[in-house]
Amino acid sequence: MSQNNGDIKKMMIILSKATLENVYAAFVLANGARMEGIEAEMFFTFFGLEAVHKEKLEHLHVATVGNPAMHMPTLLGGLPGVEALATHMMKKEMEKIDMPDVHEFLDILKASGVKLWVCKLAMDMFHYKKEDMYEDIDGILTVGDFYRQGRGEGTHMLFI
Amino acid sequence: MDRNIAGVTIQVNEEGYLTNFAQWNTAIGDALAAEADLALTPRHWEVLNYLQTEFKNDSPLSIRKIGKSGVVDIKEFYQLFPTAPLKTASKIAGIPKPASCI
Repeated sequence: MSQNNGDIKKMMIILSKATLENVYAAFVLANGARMEGIEAEMFFTFFGLEAVHKEKLEHLHVATVGNPAMHMPTLLGGLPGVEALATHMMKKEMEKIDMPDVHEFLDILKASGVKLWVCKLAMDMFHYKKEDMYEDIDGILTVGDFYRQGRGEGTHMLFI
Repeated sequence: MDRNIAGVTIQVNEEGYLTNFAQWNTAIGDALAAEADLALTPRHWEVLNYLQTEFKNDSPLSIRKIGKSGVVDIKEFYQLFPTAPLKTASKIAGIPKPASCI
C-alpha cells in the first residue's frame, strides 16, 4: 500500500516549446513549486531547448499565428514585425508585474534548487553542444535518465 | 483564532500566520521557528528584519525581490529557510502570507 497521503513532493516539468508564453508558464510552475517546498526538475526538449540556448534565450517570441487567444487574424499575425511588436508589448506588461526576463528567471530557478536538464536526442538533432547552452544546466539526459530522476512517491510530470 | 505560544496568547489565521503584527515579539519568532525545525541565527534575523521592514512599508514580497534586496541572495535564502522559504520566513516574522507567484 502507498504511504503517500496525496502530497506533491516533486514536479518534473518537460518543456518542448520555445514560445514565450509556454516558457514562462513552465518557469513559473517550477519556481512556484520550490516556493511551496516542492522539489522541481525541468527537461528541455525539441524547441524547448531554445529557452536554455545562450544565443536564443534572449530572443524568444510570443506566437501570433495559430494562437486564437491573441484575437488577431491569422494573416495579420503573419505580417513582418507583428510578432516582434506583440512580443515587445508582452515583455513590457511582464516587467510591470515584476516578471524577470528569461536569463534572470533561469538564474532564479537555479538559485532556488531547480534542476535543469537538456534532452540528449534533441541536442543531437539540433547539433547543439553543452557549451551552447545556459552555463548552469545540470546535464544532458536521455528520456530514461529523466524518468529515473522522477522516481519516488508524490512525483508529478507535466508536459508543456 | 487564539493560540498560546512563548507564554502569551496571539491571534493567528487558519494557516498559522499572525493576524496582528503588533502581537509579535522575538520570543514568538523563535518559537515559530522551532515549530518549523529551524534554530535562528543572526543571519536569519537579518532576513526576518528585512521582511518586517518591507511589510511595514506595504511593499509586497516576492522571491525576485528578495534576490535584489542586497540583504540575502536567493540561494542563501533557500539555505536559511530550506522549505518554502518566503512562506516560512513570513510566518516566523509575524507578517501575512505573501501572495506572490514569483
